[in-house]
Amino acid sequence: MIEQYIPVFIVIIVAVIFAVATVVMSKLMGPQRPNSEKESTYESGLKPIGTTNERVSIKYYLVAMLFIVFDLEVIFVYPWAVQFKKLYSQIGISIFFSMLVFLVVLELGFLYVYKKGGFKWD
Amino acid sequence: MGILELAIITIVKILIVLTLVLLTVAYLVYFERKISAWIQNRIGPNRVGYLGLLQPFADVLKLLLKEDIVPTVSNHPLHALAPMIALFVAFSTYAVIPMGPTITLFGWQIPLAVADINMGILYVLAITSLGVYAITFAGWSSGSKYSLLGGIRSSAQMISYEISMGFSVGGVVLLASSLRPIAIVEAQSGLMWNAFIQPIGFITFLVAAFAETNRLPFDLPEAEPELVGGYHTEYSSMKFAAFFLAEYANMIISSALIVTLYLGGWQIPFIERLNLPVGLTVALQVGAFCFKLAVLLFFFIWVRWSIPRFRYDQLMSLGWKVMFPLSLLNIIWVAILIMVFKI
Repeated sequence: MIEQYIPVFIVIIVAVIFAVATVVMSKLMGPQRPNSEKESTYESGLKPIGTTNERVSIKYYLVAMLFIVFDLEVIFVYPWAVQFKKLYSQIGISIFFSMLVFLVVLELGFLYVYKKGGFKWD
Repeated sequence: MGILELAIITIVKILIVLTLVLLTVAYLVYFERKISAWIQNRIGPNRVGYLGLLQPFADVLKLLLKEDIVPTVSNHPLHALAPMIALFVAFSTYAVIPMGPTITLFGWQIPLAVADINMGILYVLAITSLGVYAITFAGWSSGSKYSLLGGIRSSAQMISYEISMGFSVGGVVLLASSLRPIAIVEAQSGLMWNAFIQPIGFITFLVAAFAETNRLPFDLPEAEPELVGGYHTEYSSMKFAAFFLAEYANMIISSALIVTLYLGGWQIPFIERLNLPVGLTVALQVGAFCFKLAVLLFFFIWVRWSIPRFRYDQLMSLGWKVMFPLSLLNIIWVAILIMVFKI
């Protein structure tokens, strides 16, 4: 059982080596002639004003929280989906309604956020 | 087979697939430029080599020999980590995608996927989710306002579309009763392609794939007119190339995923009725996979040069108010289909 995951580990190791090698190569191959003008951040040819530690719109945090709530539900759907055909032949239509109720509750939460204006961008 | 044999076969497969992916990325960039030129009635690259075919190698070489500039105000470790994550994600996802049926070679049963695991779909979703970190880190650590705005926009966009992507895959899993990509392909024999059975899920997944790869019409993170280069404004040399490589590799992986999940994978409908020799059948099936992949990649490029960019509020309301309910509807639709038609 664990044996089938060996290729995955090899792939991950190869991908890490490839990724690190690419980034290291950019340091080794190119010339290194830094100066302060070059190393300042780009701001359309002007001197950079202020820092980037400014406040970010609350909307982005809201999206992040909604993502956690709704993305977690995906993982409840998969086990049900894998077992659906088998369970449907065994216990019939109640397996469908159990998920339907779950999705309806999820949709009610979605409608609540919608009505509260959680998805409004202006 | 023993563990050592398994490891050797895997390494051979990885080397073949990695070479293929890198070559495809190189020529995808070339074809992107050529096709955009055709669409805009230009000639496109035609100087380096015959028909400009050596252009991608010239580009890579040029980027390699450029100076790697890191801004002084940036967060250096994260600034270097971000392109690594992007590349890691792009080059580890292909592991579970089946490119052909299981073949028998020298007495070994070799599936034509690098890894044949029964959690394949979960693996893909888990690894691709990490891609958000690359863009967020790149944007945040650069210390540039354009990068920060691009990174934050992008992370919000990617997590929004990930939800509808996850729910769309639910419909596919329902039909195949498995999370194993090879089983999903085998469940689509004949013309039982998921694209025909669940068109809503196919469309939501396709749109989500565009959004996840940050391609037009969803390329808000690097919207050139307003954000310069977006999250990779402050990257140069191979680090910039890493994001570029990752974007195109992600395009290939999304296309391969769409082929696997919705377009029957490597299957050619009713090929078994022709009674062809086994070797030819396998070759044709691998060819069919490559053909479907090429059509989808062309579609990606075609859309990019045909459709204007969304506004950010339109993008978010499409993701949450349209795609999310539709992908939920798709699951119910597929479940009803299974109950009514017993498929």
